[in-house]
Amino acid sequence: MEEIKTGVYICHCGLNIAGTVNVEEVARYAGTLPNVVVARDYRYMCSDPGQALIKDDIKNLGLNRVVVASCSPRMHEPTFRRACQDAGLNPYLFEHANIREHCSWVHDDRQIATEKAKDLVRAAVRRVFYNEPLEIKERPLNPNVLVVGGGIAGIQAALDIANGEHRVYLVEKEPAIGGHMAQLDRTFPTLDCSECILTPKMTEVGQHPFITLLAYSEVEEVAGSVGNFKVRVKKKARYVDEEKCTGCGVCEEKCPWKVDSEYEVGMGKRGVVYVPFAQAIPHVATIDKERCVYFLKGKCRACEKFCDAKAIDFEQKDEIVELEVGSIILTTGYDVFDSRRIPQYGYGRYDNVLTGLEFERMTCAAGPTGGKVLLKDGRQPESVAIIHCVGSRDENYHEYCSRVCCMYALKYAHLIKENTQAEVYQMYIDMRCFGEGFEEFYRRVCDEGVNFIRGKVAKVTDVALTEGEQGKLAVIAEDTLLGGIIRVPVDMVILCPALEARFGAEDVAKLFTINRRADGFFMERHVKLDPVATATEGVYIAGCCEGPKDIPDTVAQASAAAAKALSVISRGRVVIEPTTAQVNEVLCQACGRCEEICDFHAPKVISKDGLRVSSVDAALCKGCGACAVVCPTGAMSVRHSTREQINGMVEALLEV
Amino acid sequence: MSFEPKIVGFLCNWCSYAGADLAGISRLKCAPNVHIIRMMCSGGISPLFILKALEAGADGVLICGCSPGDCHYKEGNYKTLRRITLLKKMLEQLGIEQERVQLHWVCASCGDEFVDVVNKITAEVKELGPLQAGVKSRV
Ligand SMILES: Cc1cc2nc3c(=O)[nH]c(=O)nc-3n(C[C@H](O)[C@H](O)[C@H](O)COP(=O)(O)OP(=O)(O)OC[C@H]3O[C@@H](n4cnc5c(N)ncnc54)[C@H](O)[C@@H]3O)c2cc1C
Ligand code: FES
Repeated sequence: MEEIKTGVYICHCGLNIAGTVNVEEVARYAGTLPNVVVARDYRYMCSDPGQALIKDDIKNLGLNRVVVASCSPRMHEPTFRRACQDAGLNPYLFEHANIREHCSWVHDDRQIATEKAKDLVRAAVRRVFYNEPLEIKERPLNPNVLVVGGGIAGIQAALDIANGEHRVYLVEKEPAIGGHMAQLDRTFPTLDCSECILTPKMTEVGQHPFITLLAYSEVEEVAGSVGNFKVRVKKKARYVDEEKCTGCGVCEEKCPWKVDSEYEVGMGKRGVVYVPFAQAIPHVATIDKERCVYFLKGKCRACEKFCDAKAIDFEQKDEIVELEVGSIILTTGYDVFDSRRIPQYGYGRYDNVLTGLEFERMTCAAGPTGGKVLLKDGRQPESVAIIHCVGSRDENYHEYCSRVCCMYALKYAHLIKENTQAEVYQMYIDMRCFGEGFEEFYRRVCDEGVNFIRGKVAKVTDVALTEGEQGKLAVIAEDTLLGGIIRVPVDMVILCPALEARFGAEDVAKLFTINRRADGFFMERHVKLDPVATATEGVYIAGCCEGPKDIPDTVAQASAAAAKALSVISRGRVVIEPTTAQVNEVLCQACGRCEEICDFHAPKVISKDGLRVSSVDAALCKGCGACAVVCPTGAMSVRHSTREQINGMVEALLEV
Repeated sequence: MSFEPKIVGFLCNWCSYAGADLAGISRLKCAPNVHIIRMMCSGGISPLFILKALEAGADGVLICGCSPGDCHYKEGNYKTLRRITLLKKMLEQLGIEQERVQLHWVCASCGDEFVDVVNKITAEVKELGPLQAGVKSRV
């Protein structure tokens, strides 16, 4: 066996490590460990000169093992593996000791932290002794992309990829794409009409030769890994033949049953067979099976009689579509916080307490009031209060800021001023107008004579204390600038509810094996440096599923996710992780326990030269190690997490 | 000097190791006794590694994995849960207290929770005192 020559490099990370750990002492100590031929400390190991130290030592001293003690391997393991590879050393002969996140940053005592750093370095040096070179293979990648969620984020990502002439499957669970943006009236700060800027994009999606739109569909199962995912999608039965339906709307007109429209957030009605809104893509009708009288009672079929295109099909079944894609972009968006959860604001009890989305529909010219700002009794309001941070920046609900409410609240103030003579009160905690053109818009609305009251609203009540409050809603708040409790009588109250993680986000996260943050939104791989990648290679996130944001930020993030996917596609190959399970055929007794425990069907007992042995399909193996744990003879092991490596670390850690 | 236990921590890469990193990134402070070994999945932590640690001189072993349902490899953490439950029963027969081997779910955004877990096992093992050499040899 060749002589093991290890180089150890202790990083100062400026003062991040060196401020707490005596790095020189750790390096001196590392130099005394078995098989270590050189041990150095350096200011920034990840810098070019830092990496050059490693490369030069590999060449000049003939190192065949390298240990770097620095930050988390989740940060720089790839960097140092590459440095080794550049110098001709197999990257798996590198080992990383985490003395920053797990040591200098979590401990204050210099001596204790220094001793712990020595322990961690000793363990890494022992482990690397047992590391073996692994062969890195590549395989071709499937250039198709799956986009899940057809809001503006999904639309933008799908178009960016499809315009590069790669196939996109866009899966949307609702009958039509558009998401929340389709419900908005005008958009801050420019006040351009939401439909006007969204409709052309939706139409483009509907007609794009490289986009396959699967609306009214949901992903049921995902298998495989980056480059080669296999996805099962359920296309729910619409009971309308999409090919035949012309979207003429006669069925909806003739449908004798009317229910609340989701699109109009309950402020308008739709038929049980319906096209969700005028610009809907795909522009076809859907029968709401849960509420269709024919499905419930076995009688009606009125729509069928009037459909000239013969598109109604009560026999239609759910359809399963199997897709093969190389990358996945999740753009499943957000939900609006349910204002009923804060009962003191009176939503659901008082007629004239509205939510932001309801107000959007109200000011929309095509909406239920024809664009007029009206009270429930048809009068125009003389005064309106807009309450910020409903469920946001509130320890009882969501601690975070929802980022869009201040701005749409200003938008509402402007629209009310434009449409009515009403006095407008903004009840805010802080005004957060940080984006392009936001501050200017804030100034403009201030100049329009809107009242700003700084303080959190305690309550909205219809109990009048004075003559002026008769027949009105009194908004009770603490005015923190005046330093007192105030009561403002108004005709209408608009709530600005938080944007929150979508109901079912947990299931989506599990389906695609990505993580969620404590606030429920999907978690990025690195908050600052890798904001659209996730823990799973090849799965990206964009838009409000990652956290509340406005349309410009959503679109930018969607394009970023598309660029990530396109970069993988243009490379055309993906690396196959070599850290898979392997069988020692001499030890294997073909008991089949590995086959039983594996959730990915990677090991199989086969006949080989007349002998029964287990054999691992590397393409299916994910390297979790479950098979190695159950193997009774020790025949099964996972490359790069072998018994020798782990036990070596354990022993080294406990040695002194 | 007071007794400072030696504890080996086996953490899965995807949630728990990331949670431990987050504790550092957030500059939270915790007891220095747990030394972390990164595993791909908690389901790949063989009971033999745990026994090895106890035999080699650890006073306690911490095992952390993703929360139920969040395992990167589908069900690795359920496998761990079953295994560790059994292992602890066995260890008890050998006279090794339950508190010395602890399994906790630590998610990637659980920096605070990780610190709590480290401090908890450290305090509890400290309370128990060193794992006696006689007991170790039985392992
Ligand atoms: C009242 C209000 C006013 C606003 N006004 C403005 C404004 O003026 N200007 C501005 O810039 N921003 C505004 N916003 C913010 C804006 O709505 C968002 O930035 C934008 O809609 C985010 O788009 P998205 O695609 O990420 O999410 P969404 O619009 O929520 O779209 C997500 C899509 O994914 C689908 N989906 C979800 N789960 C699944 C699944 N499992 N499978 C398949 N499909 C799924 C949904 O059905 C939906 O179509 C406002 C928000 C609110 C609440
Ligand atoms: S990956 Fe964390 S427990 Fe399996």
